[in-house]
Amino acid sequence: MNADCIVIAGSNMAECHPVAFQWVTEAKRRGATVIHVDPRFTRTSALASKYVPVRAGSDIVFLGALVNHVLSGGHEFRDYVTAYTNAADMLPDEFTDTEDGGGVFSGYDPHTRTYDNSSWQPTGERDLTLTHPRCVFQVLKRHFARYTPDLVERACGIEPRDFAAIADAVVANSGRERTTAWVYAVGWTQHTTGVQHIRTAAILQLLLGNMGRPGGGILALRGHASIQGSTDIPTLFHLLPGYLPMPAADDADLNGYLTRLPDTGFWGNKRAYMVSLLKAWFGDAATTGNDFCFDRLPRITGEHGTYRTVLDMIDGKVKGYFLMGQNPAVGSAGARLQRLAMANLDWLVVRDLTLIESATFWRDGPEIATGELATEQIATEVFFLPAASHVEKDGTFTNTQRMLQWHHKALDPPGDARSELWFMYHLGKKIRARLAGSGITEDAVLDLTWDYPEVGEHADPDASAVLREINGTGPDGRALDGFAQLAADGSTACGCWIYSGCYGGGENQTARRVPWQQQSWVAPQWGWAWPANRRILYNRASADPAGKPWSEKKAYVWWDAEAGSWTGHDVPDFERSKPPGFSPEPGASGPMALGGSDPFIMMHDGKGALFVPSGLVDGPLPAHYEPAESPVGNAVYKQGASPVSELYPEHKMTRDQLAPGPSEPAGLVYPYVLTTYRLTEHHTAGGMSRTLSRLAELQPEMFCEVSPALAAARGLENGGWATIVSARAAIEARVLVTRRIRPLRLPGEGVIHQVGLPYHWGGNGLVTGDSANDLLPFALDPNVFIQESKVATCDIRPGRRPRGAALDVLVAKYRHSAGLPDLPDNRPGGGVS
Amino acid sequence: MTHEPQPQDAAGVQARSYYGRPVLKVTRWREPHLPAYLFLGGLSGASATLAAVAACTRRPRLARAARLAAAGGALGGTGFLVAELGRPERFLNMLRVAKPTSPMSMGAWLLAVHSGLVMAAAGSDVTGRLRRTGAAAGAAAALTGPVLATYPGVLLADTAVPAWHSAYRQLPFLFAGSAMAAAGASGLAATAWQRSGQDEGEPALRLALLGAAVEAAAGLHMEHRLGLAGEPYRDGDSGRLMRASHTLTLAGAGAGVVMGVASRSNQEAARRGSQGTATWWSRGTATLCAALLGGGALCTRFAVLRAGIASARDPKYVVEAQRRHPVPSADDGQGGAR
Amino acid sequence: MQRPVADVVAEAGYDDPPERVGFFTDTSVCIGCKACEVACKEWNALPGDVSGDSWASGAASLSAAPPDALALTGMSYDNTGQLGADSWRHVAFIEQQVPAGHGTALALADDVAESDGTRWLMASDVCKHCTHAACLDVCPTGALVRTEFGTVIVQPDICNGCAYCVSACPFGVIDRREDDGRAWKCTMCYDRLRGGLEPACAKACPTDSIQFGPLDELRAAAAARLDELHEAGEASARLYGEDPDDGIGGAAAFFLLLDEPEVYGLPPDPVVTTRDLAAMWRWAGGAAAMLAAGTVAVFARSRV
Ligand SMILES: Nc1nc2c(c(=O)[nH]1)N[C@H]1C(S)=C(S)[C@@H](COP(=O)(O)OP(=O)(O)OC[C@H]3O[C@@H](n4cnc5c(=O)[nH]c(N)nc54)[C@H](O)[C@@H]3O)O[C@H]1N2
Ligand SMILES: Nc1nc2c(c(=O)[nH]1)N[C@H]1C(S)=C(S)[C@@H](COP(=O)(O)OP(=O)(O)OC[C@H]3O[C@@H](n4cnc5c(=O)[nH]c(N)nc54)[C@H](O)[C@@H]3O)O[C@H]1N2
Ligand code: SF4
Ligand code: SF4
Ligand code: SF4
Ligand code: SF4
Ligand code: SF4
Ligand SMILES: [Mo]
Repeated sequence: MNADCIVIAGSNMAECHPVAFQWVTEAKRRGATVIHVDPRFTRTSALASKYVPVRAGSDIVFLGALVNHVLSGGHEFRDYVTAYTNAADMLPDEFTDTEDGGGVFSGYDPHTRTYDNSSWQPTGERDLTLTHPRCVFQVLKRHFARYTPDLVERACGIEPRDFAAIADAVVANSGRERTTAWVYAVGWTQHTTGVQHIRTAAILQLLLGNMGRPGGGILALRGHASIQGSTDIPTLFHLLPGYLPMPAADDADLNGYLTRLPDTGFWGNKRAYMVSLLKAWFGDAATTGNDFCFDRLPRITGEHGTYRTVLDMIDGKVKGYFLMGQNPAVGSAGARLQRLAMANLDWLVVRDLTLIESATFWRDGPEIATGELATEQIATEVFFLPAASHVEKDGTFTNTQRMLQWHHKALDPPGDARSELWFMYHLGKKIRARLAGSGITEDAVLDLTWDYPEVGEHADPDASAVLREINGTGPDGRALDGFAQLAADGSTACGCWIYSGCYGGGENQTARRVPWQQQSWVAPQWGWAWPANRRILYNRASADPAGKPWSEKKAYVWWDAEAGSWTGHDVPDFERSKPPGFSPEPGASGPMALGGSDPFIMMHDGKGALFVPSGLVDGPLPAHYEPAESPVGNAVYKQGASPVSELYPEHKMTRDQLAPGPSEPAGLVYPYVLTTYRLTEHHTAGGMSRTLSRLAELQPEMFCEVSPALAAARGLENGGWATIVSARAAIEARVLVTRRIRPLRLPGEGVIHQVGLPYHWGGNGLVTGDSANDLLPFALDPNVFIQESKVATCDIRPGRRPRGAALDVLVAKYRHSAGLPDLPDNRPGGGVS
Repeated sequence: MTHEPQPQDAAGVQARSYYGRPVLKVTRWREPHLPAYLFLGGLSGASATLAAVAACTRRPRLARAARLAAAGGALGGTGFLVAELGRPERFLNMLRVAKPTSPMSMGAWLLAVHSGLVMAAAGSDVTGRLRRTGAAAGAAAALTGPVLATYPGVLLADTAVPAWHSAYRQLPFLFAGSAMAAAGASGLAATAWQRSGQDEGEPALRLALLGAAVEAAAGLHMEHRLGLAGEPYRDGDSGRLMRASHTLTLAGAGAGVVMGVASRSNQEAARRGSQGTATWWSRGTATLCAALLGGGALCTRFAVLRAGIASARDPKYVVEAQRRHPVPSADDGQGGAR
Repeated sequence: MQRPVADVVAEAGYDDPPERVGFFTDTSVCIGCKACEVACKEWNALPGDVSGDSWASGAASLSAAPPDALALTGMSYDNTGQLGADSWRHVAFIEQQVPAGHGTALALADDVAESDGTRWLMASDVCKHCTHAACLDVCPTGALVRTEFGTVIVQPDICNGCAYCVSACPFGVIDRREDDGRAWKCTMCYDRLRGGLEPACAKACPTDSIQFGPLDELRAAAAARLDELHEAGEASARLYGEDPDDGIGGAAAFFLLLDEPEVYGLPPDPVVTTRDLAAMWRWAGGAAAMLAAGTVAVFARSRV
């Protein structure tokens, strides 16, 4: 709302985040320029000042060219860049860039498809003039020099004048007086290069001085109502609460484990965070003597992401599976493999609001129709347990803005439906009761604190007691006021250090709802945002190194020399009394190792990272790679697709999953780009929208969106049927012919057509249809294991798809012409070719 | 090429619309209920008038025939109206208020009063009881009758339906004419079949011919003088029904003229002393004439309903008309609608 | 009938009524989320749209199958189609290619001339709660009434389903539900207004495209917004239905549109049909007199 320019790219904000989008309309009313970059003209584009179409999977070129535009034109916010970023860091001679390595960085091992990042480590020197050829700033300049408007046109299909308009708007709306915000969601993340999309935007925003300032930043629009919460207190295999890493098999003890986190900056207090977490979990059982029960924690041995787990299920390595609020039979890429995997379990527990496809695939899934699976032969024992919905239980949501908002139970859940909290708690109690009699004394489960107050007729654990535990308590049992009070000696307990303070003063801060008219424009008394109820992270950067706001217009927090403390509209993201001129003692650790003008306090050096020497497995700088499946070659490097993306080439089910690229002899059997997305009217895999008449009737049928030109070329009619075929499957959809999808002219490549597919449909509910996810491969970003569901290749033809076994025949025919073997199936002794 | 979801494409360039969708709701009034009601109401209204004048001029046979037609028409018409509404109490529901701005409310009261009057008149005539009252009722029905026959013009015109609203001047005459034609023809046929009633049939015949002329004139006027809104009376389904109505009316009138010439020569013969009785062919001609004119009048009602539907269904009748004739407004520069 | 009405509520016989309220729907910020449609159905417990279209379907449904509400219409993202007995809010979706220079405020200033010109208009339509409401005028049972808020509502217990209102409404708003045979339309959430709440659709609208409030304030807000858009170069912006001197005496639910009304399925210049009622009766009276006179005349020449 305070931005002068908002670029929405990789998100369909109006459709997927309508409530947040009200602030974009508000900013526009106040004069902000709104730009939307998307393969499709959507409801967001309709409200934007400017819409620019882009080829799915090419944003790094587009963003890289903006970086180049800024650097080559000298548009960077020089004072900000020098003081607040690692632009001055010097890189070692051994570091070689993609420019020299044919598209890969130094340290690449083509056999393991991994990088050794030792050659990426800065030398420790800094060049504040930013002129040394080996300083990050100059490396950056050279790296992005080839990302020109001309390349943008060839790779993205963005016309030079459109690119120039965006570049000008972004530059004109950055600097001291103005700020530009970038907004993305899964249009950027769901790629094999997902993380690097956001990295490129981060570089751009750091160069333009748009981080930590009002109206700036990069806004990641999160998904499900509390998906932010489920990364903070994660449902991810590699994290513990508060972004502490999950212990790995080789983490022998707590000390060894903690070396995985930096010693300087706010991670320097890592021991306090971790020990408090262990105290929250193991209570009195956690003592200095036993390393606070660190050895009770499970260990990971490698990647255990969803897709790996699915392959393990297919291999019979995973016997049982809990699905609590997830519908992979419709919602996960390669949906056929998801269903084959579940058909290979001993048991499956589905807790959901309705009978979703993942609970009924054994009876009516697409593979039953084609004959690939037969109900009688599926041995999986499926338990369906009805779940209480969010209105039927107390708890918090953590939204996109990291804000926790308490929701009160509005009515009792129907029948046997129970909350997740109830289920896990009572399941735990039952397991503990069994173990208690077993004579096992040294058991992690028995050592757990497992004693929430129970309320109501069904003995529901009190959700506010859980929140209080997450907030943390001191030695006296009183609720802590923030993570600054956490101690490393075991005297405090805290379930998630970044949430500490949400129950500050012994009160549920997340339940606050003071109307905006009655508080400042930052609205600190609405809910509670982590950390420390801070609304903008790294907001120290809103003031110059001397602590003065960069401009009066954009003043946010500043140093009050008289009072000797930081102050401002928001909670300063800095130690209150550390003066701007503070310089750390050599060898200092923790926050004290950071200077008074190092705003990025979670970084070991307090600097914004233009160059990322460690933490990313696919390179220290973003580089454009084509999607795993693409009808065009890489216009930037010899290396086509990401050299390190996770494709599971070793597994029989995924070995030959991808369609050949443009250079293969078979030619383009799947010549079109497909992209998948959401509609306002439906929710994700549809379990909560296809089941409700109010929503179902608004988008009653699965459809595909195609341009008039593609429709003409393939004989598709508006309102008619089309069959979309990928190397994995074929589905049918009604056709919407629309000029909102524009064919892209790529000089040198010809015209690229994109096919849009919402992914909400499945076989159950009031309105049913084929699932777009049947079409997609297992192709993942190697950093975070998110699937590439925003781009793949396909063919499209008029008419409905074949029924029964004939469907597989159609898919096989296409595969043969593409030179691919038959799809492997998972029947015992099945035809793996 | 493919059908593109462009609203402009759907309805042609000059009349832009929303995917060619109707601007208006197409009437929920159904066939045959509404046309049948209008026809029978018209028949009843004009017959009641005919009956009263016939009674005044001492033509008891014609008067009785017309009274019966008036009563039958009222009864049948009410039946169709109730059928349209679904349940009898829904008709009574209309009598809970009298609303001058609602032609249907006015019509409901009119139909109720008129039905009472014509039933009383016919009942008294047939049973021979309460003759005074019957006669008074019959005379009163001569006042309600013409209004009952013409108010449907207001009923239909007082809507947003272009073909109806634009024809508010012509519709009452169309309905009046066709009611006269139907009433005259039914009187003619009824008297033709009565022993020595034929000579009473002559005014009926003239009424039928006059009605046919008025109906045809009003119809042609609507077709050609309403501009765009007259188009549905010429084109399509409704246009075909309109033409059928014209043909039937013309043929009926032709039969009537033949009939009239014949009866004139008959009367000449009677004056010369020979036996003046109706011949088989004159009865036949009278019946044919009545059937044709009645059929024409019925077709007219169907045509009018369908023309209304056509004009409500196609947005051009709303859009183009409102664009061509913007309503003069007190404040022309500001009007949001312009 | 056609004079501007200063106070339609007082005229309807209310002593000391509350302020007349209405909607200003600013379609320039509508994101087509249909929250208004859903909120309306939820609050008013309207049935799902399974009854299909009325006679009106005509050009609409592209599916070969008979109009079935649970089928795609092929009309952009609009699968509701129209206002009706079960849909009291309807969001229209219009995909356009506009010539350069049209809708300029929607493009960056220096880029206008060459802009591709794709426009996607969205607008949430609703009953206009007309000052001169034809539906109310023609209703024979008194089921349609003017409320103390100046709105027009159907009393379902009185409606007899005659469907006169259906044909009278110049906007094609009200319709009869075939299963219960009664007419239904937006009540402007009469029950909520009575309880001091704003209507459900306005409450749900995330972008304030639907603004609810006293009519005078809304008209002022609309005029200001129009100026704002005109200044920004959005020459095609216009208000629709806000003028008390128009053919319906001004709508309590009026709109800011970015194109001609008919593009949104709205009549360009609606007039309350009862404006001509007196003339209609005169012509009917003339015809009746003609009928009576004609009937007398045909007897004139003959004698017994
Ligand atoms: N109504 C509704 N709202 C939702 C959801 C829902 O299902 N329904 N789901 C929620 C969830 S779980 C999530 S994660 C969020 C997701 O929110 P969004 O990310 O906004 O949603 P999507 O529609 O998946 O994708 C966004 C856009 O990315 C575009 N896109 C695809 N590939 C590319 C690309 O390579 N580059 C660029 N620039 N754009 C690309 C697509 O065309 C699409 O318009 O929405 C949340 N909100
Ligand atoms: N092709 C393609 N695939 C995608 C995406 C894409 O853009 N394109 N997006 C991806 C994204 S971002 C996401 S988030 C996923 C979503 O994919 P899923 O999470 O698999 O799909 P949902 O339909 O959101 O499943 C959530 C289920 O939780 C149930 N539920 C709701 N509340 C509760 C509760 O309180 N308790 C329990 N036990 N159950 C509850 C709902 O009924 C619903 O069935 O899809 C991913 N898949
Ligand atoms: S559905 Fe919920 S989370 Fe999504 S936009 Fe609406 S209010 Fe926000
Ligand atoms: S818009 Fe139609 S239904 Fe609504 S008040 Fe006006 S005439 Fe009546
Ligand atoms: S259908 Fe009901 S509301 Fe409409 S005019 Fe008839 S009685 Fe009145
Ligand atoms: S005011 Fe109430 S009844 Fe009218 S459309 Fe809005 S929600 Fe529906
Ligand atoms: S009017 Fe408001 S609620 Fe309705 S579709 Fe538009 S933005 Fe959504
Ligand atoms: Mo998501």
